[in-house]
Amino acid sequence: MSGGGALAIAGAVRSGERSARDVVEEHLRVIEAAEGDIHAFNLVLADEARAAADEVDRRVAAGEDPGPLAGVPVALKDNLCTRGIPTTCSSRILEGWRPPYDATVVERLRAAGAVAIGKTNLDEFAMGSSTENSAFGPTRNPRDPSRVPGGSSGGSAAAVAAGFAPLALGSDTGGSIRQPAALCGVVGVKPTYGGVSRYGLIAFASSLDQIGPFAATVAEAAVLLEVIGGHDARDSTSIPQPAPAVSAVLDEGVDGLRVGVVRELMDGIDGDVAAHVSRAADALSAAGAKVEEVSVPACVYGLTAYYLIAPAECSSNLARYDGVRYGMRVDADDITAMYGATRAAGFGPEVKRRIMLGTYALSAGYYDAYYGQAQRVRTLLIRDFENAYGDFDALISPTAPTTAFAFGAKTANPMAMYMSDVCTIPSNLAGHPAMSVPFGTGDDGLPVGVQVMADALAEPTMFRVAAALEEAAA
Amino acid sequence: MSEREASGAGALDGARYEIVVGLEVHCELRTRTKLFCGCPNSFGDEPNTNICPVCLGLPGSLPVLNRQAVEYAMRIGEALHCQVRPSIFHRKNYFYPDMPKDYQVSQYDEPINVEGWLELPAGKRIGITRAHMEEDTGKSTHMGGAGRIGDATHSLVDYNRAGVPLVEIVSEPDIRSADEARAYVSELRAILVATGASDGKMEEGSLRVDANVSVRPAHSATFGTRCEIKNMNSLRSLGRAIDYEAARQVDVLQAGGRVVQETRHWNEDEGRTSSMRSKEEAYDYRYFPEPDLVPLVPDEAWRESARCALPPMPGERRRALAEAAGTDPASVALLVELDLDGLVVEAVAAGADARIALNRAANEVAADLEGARRLSPASFAKVVSMEAAAKLTATQAKQVLAALLAGESDDPEAIAARRGFEAMDTTALEIVIDEVIAANPEPWERFKGGDPKVAGLFVGQVMKRTKGKADGKAVTSILRERAGGG
Ligand SMILES: [Zn+2]
Repeated sequence: MSGGGALAIAGAVRSGERSARDVVEEHLRVIEAAEGDIHAFNLVLADEARAAADEVDRRVAAGEDPGPLAGVPVALKDNLCTRGIPTTCSSRILEGWRPPYDATVVERLRAAGAVAIGKTNLDEFAMGSSTENSAFGPTRNPRDPSRVPGGSSGGSAAAVAAGFAPLALGSDTGGSIRQPAALCGVVGVKPTYGGVSRYGLIAFASSLDQIGPFAATVAEAAVLLEVIGGHDARDSTSIPQPAPAVSAVLDEGVDGLRVGVVRELMDGIDGDVAAHVSRAADALSAAGAKVEEVSVPACVYGLTAYYLIAPAECSSNLARYDGVRYGMRVDADDITAMYGATRAAGFGPEVKRRIMLGTYALSAGYYDAYYGQAQRVRTLLIRDFENAYGDFDALISPTAPTTAFAFGAKTANPMAMYMSDVCTIPSNLAGHPAMSVPFGTGDDGLPVGVQVMADALAEPTMFRVAAALEEAAA
Repeated sequence: MSEREASGAGALDGARYEIVVGLEVHCELRTRTKLFCGCPNSFGDEPNTNICPVCLGLPGSLPVLNRQAVEYAMRIGEALHCQVRPSIFHRKNYFYPDMPKDYQVSQYDEPINVEGWLELPAGKRIGITRAHMEEDTGKSTHMGGAGRIGDATHSLVDYNRAGVPLVEIVSEPDIRSADEARAYVSELRAILVATGASDGKMEEGSLRVDANVSVRPAHSATFGTRCEIKNMNSLRSLGRAIDYEAARQVDVLQAGGRVVQETRHWNEDEGRTSSMRSKEEAYDYRYFPEPDLVPLVPDEAWRESARCALPPMPGERRRALAEAAGTDPASVALLVELDLDGLVVEAVAAGADARIALNRAANEVAADLEGARRLSPASFAKVVSMEAAAKLTATQAKQVLAALLAGESDDPEAIAARRGFEAMDTTALEIVIDEVIAANPEPWERFKGGDPKVAGLFVGQVMKRTKGKADGKAVTSILRERAGGG
């Protein structure tokens, strides 16, 4: 592991005790040593990171404020646009494309003094739960290289777990931050929908996608969320409010908070994982929270609704990869054949499966039975959560049904893979914040994550519960 | 299917069939920037210079709605007497190279404006189903082959137009002839220009018209099968296309066939429509709500300000002019179209004779629109009044008006004086007329007997003797008086 977490690094760089360049070189050495085994990155930005670190050092030397994350290396999921730097979504279809602009979160990281150290691997276009759907090969779980890191943000979770970077950004459409965080034993946060700008995040399912932090600790994740969050005029769905102040509430404890354990999300869960969640509930109780079981009935329909809404939006969002303007093109006799040849060669099987599902769900005559019905389930789910939040300040559940599984264990059966997200999907459908906190290891020696959920914009409450769990797990 | 010969496209058998037309008009809004990004909305620039990640639909880009476009859309809705309501955007999905995202952001079942109407100058009201917002596509140029995408060797795409804001105005199938269709588009164009939302230039593609045409037996209560006709780029081609298409459909029906619902392409040079795609080949657009935009809910204050921003519409102006200056529908429509109605209304308010003002404006002033910009309502009122008071003959008044329009001076009296115009007083004129009657006893008897052919002889003689200073109308009136009294 490299020297110190994100907050220690930023403190040392800001005070001039350590140079940002030194921090970057140290992390590049760690990457050099272990990346061959892990494959967290599609691209390591060694030269760019050095130049960015030098700029931070110049600001420090000039007496300017270098920002709250001065000199902290951050790994970026490779579906976040970086100006002039290849951004692939781990897909062949974006081969050779370099965005002419930075995502809003990338701009905000730079302004905060953070240093982008690499673009991390993912399931192609963020569709998957194991990072096995990457066109560039899978990422291995640093806790056990024979296991998957989860997905789709497996590269970002692995980068933090392996010490390649203290912080990383991922995107979460149905659990793509929280599930790999749980499987790799790190903290992962999906903010309230609209809490972090999606400008520059390559869309999978626009009404569900949110960018969020990975970190080793709750406190580091809190600072990263404060840096990337807050209103952005370039995203019409961005909430017109500043980022929630979460760092300041971490030591407030949970005394008097009402925490519900979601009954429906404990069904069909691996016994060992469920036992960890029960212990987490006991720990919160011991810390002064009032913990009870609660029912959120519509949760059981979440997975089905998700697998109509997400593919429907994806079928439209991914139409633009047609070989006309950028990325891969496979020439053919006429334009229709060119579209077909390009998309057949450029997309992997899971992406094609979802495009077909979504195209079907939106077809004339089927729209109401599929997409329309799924949207009604979404409304129902929001209502059920509203009822629960009438009685509870936060909810907990397992993050994932199992600990990290072996490569190939679920690739033959898409439904088994989809089940990996059964606990995380409801928060995406509702637009609510949720995060995964490591809570010990299972009988197999692999990390278990506990999910903390809260009402829209209730990140401060969610972080208080997460901090209490982290303390109890230590 | 029997295709009608272009040359054979004659008039519809009007006694047996009725034409039914509904029009879809796409209007480009004259906003400074595009609908969802800050790129300039301007016509005729170098290809692919007004583009950015958003209007190119680059991965990761997101749309932000242009407030001015919404304002214009609301003004159009108000001007067309629509309900202006909260609305949402949908995605219309289909693959086409000039559409950067391979979907078009458009309003679908919850558009901003619904249920309005437009009144034609002749008084008939055409229902407006909806007037919704959407983004324009880019423009493809197909190289090689016949210039169509199917047989081109390669295509060039200009995305400058991609994302330009449009309002699509859909009429009810209330139009019953090609003439009515032209009148509708021409009136709609005038309204769109008046709202400030459009420059109304059909030739630059700012206004694009598609026509849904069907025919049915006269007095039938149900509609026939319709065809959508595309690619008409002038009012003239719109009229020709509708007449051709209606005649083609009647031919099909009279031959015992059925009209097939399809999209047809108007070929201006050949003067005929041809099939583009049938209903079976129609795209399934897979509409769904655009998740990257939030519902558009203009508050009452904003809607009120859009209403207040509207100047009087052409229909109101025609009514005001007719009220001020008399109801000659052709002149009234013409003056409003030429923006000369204000001149007449003000002149009449200043005391000028309404009939003469309308007549001079519709003829002499309308013939010199350049000069009309120099003409003040006060000078116009003055010259009209001088003519009405017989201080100028009609001929002299036209000359004075011409001098005003040419910018010689803005004082009609000075112009008249310089030319030595002084109308004869009535007594002097009566003396001359009596002399002419006395010199032509035989024709005078025929005039009195009601023979109109000899009137010209008397007027001509009087003009000759007065060297053109007499007012022709005054001469006629005195002659009648004398004939009646004798
Ligand atoms: Zn643009």
